[in-house]
Amino acid sequence: MRTRLMELAVGAFMVMGIVALVLMALRVSGISTSDAGDKYTIKAYFENLGGLTERAKVSMSGVTIGRVTDVYLDADDYVAVVEMEIHSSMSTLTTDTSAAILTAGLLGEKYIGLTVGADDEFLENGGVIEDTQSALVLEELIGQFLFNSAEE
Amino acid sequence: MELIDKLLSPIHKLGQFGLERLQALGRAGVFLLASVAWGGPGSAGFKDLIKQIYSIGVRSLSIILVAGFFVGMVLGLQGYTILSDFGSEAALGTMVSLTLLRELGPVVTALLFAGRAGSALTAEIGLMKATEQISAMEMMGVDPLKRIITPRLWAGFIAMPILALLFSLVGIWGGAYVGINMLGVDEGAYWGNMQASVEFYDDVIKGLIKSLFFGLVVTWIAVYQGFDSMPTSEGISKATTQTVVVASLAVLGLDFVLTAIMLGGV
Repeated sequence: MRTRLMELAVGAFMVMGIVALVLMALRVSGISTSDAGDKYTIKAYFENLGGLTERAKVSMSGVTIGRVTDVYLDADDYVAVVEMEIHSSMSTLTTDTSAAILTAGLLGEKYIGLTVGADDEFLENGGVIEDTQSALVLEELIGQFLFNSAEE
Repeated sequence: MELIDKLLSPIHKLGQFGLERLQALGRAGVFLLASVAWGGPGSAGFKDLIKQIYSIGVRSLSIILVAGFFVGMVLGLQGYTILSDFGSEAALGTMVSLTLLRELGPVVTALLFAGRAGSALTAEIGLMKATEQISAMEMMGVDPLKRIITPRLWAGFIAMPILALLFSLVGIWGGAYVGINMLGVDEGAYWGNMQASVEFYDDVIKGLIKSLFFGLVVTWIAVYQGFDSMPTSEGISKATTQTVVVASLAVLGLDFVLTAIMLGGV
């Protein structure tokens, strides 16, 4: 009887460990099953990413609809290329959708905000967003401000 | 001649000291290899393993859970004070969870484990040696390494990651309790920002790998100190103290090395 209790306690201990791991995965690191759903990839060219990285959020009206999967420099045109995966439930992005690199809060992470256009054709897998707006770089803003105020 | 002897004696002592340490390290290494050479966790009888996981792991649960909850609450309180200076209380969840998963979870668990389970292991094995149970086993043709050490080593190796995981988990909920219910951080921001920045592999799994190393090292030191202790009451008390001191220092030192490797900074 004594060993049986002990075995029960050890079994419960192990189960707690497994439950903790699952909770860590789902609740803390936010791996969700909906992430595994169908996706399609689109591209966008930016002048300056200003700290946007892989796995950054892609959102529309504040709702996350995808993630950045790759960031690299186009060697021919010297522009940054961002590849992102969009959930296929959001398959109605018009071809004149615009993308901007935004910042969550004053010091927060960079993410891509999409604003839908008025075209009646939709972006398909591998489509390119033409209308983009680069990240705000503080140094450039200050430089511009100084330049303008010197002119006056 | 005597003068030369006198002049050389510090060097002589230093050499002696170094050789002794090196020998002890070698003995401990051979001891570990001989113990795990017996194979998997069930090799010394499944019952023994269960019993050891019970006394090492399950019995440490209460201290780990209580400590984890309080550490999480303190992190929530301190983090809030610092972060609110920058107006970024929303990052509280991120700060608490990353601190716990990457550092405090594995390390504090290992330190508590060394004090709670490690010292008990050393004292137990030391007393077995003092009462000549180990010699009796040898005389009966039973290998004490296989019978006594192997299940304890495996039990520590299995129990530590589970304990560390529970510590972090309880801590994150402790931080959430203080942050959300007492300080008024937005609940969505706490969990949402946490989920956005915690990576399952980079944070959770790497923390687990750390605690696996700590589990091995702490139990190894504990059983070795017990096995190598002087079979007197004084010897046992010395060995127990040594276990806690050496294991704690080893955990902190190893933590730096593991972190440096994992972050790829070195």
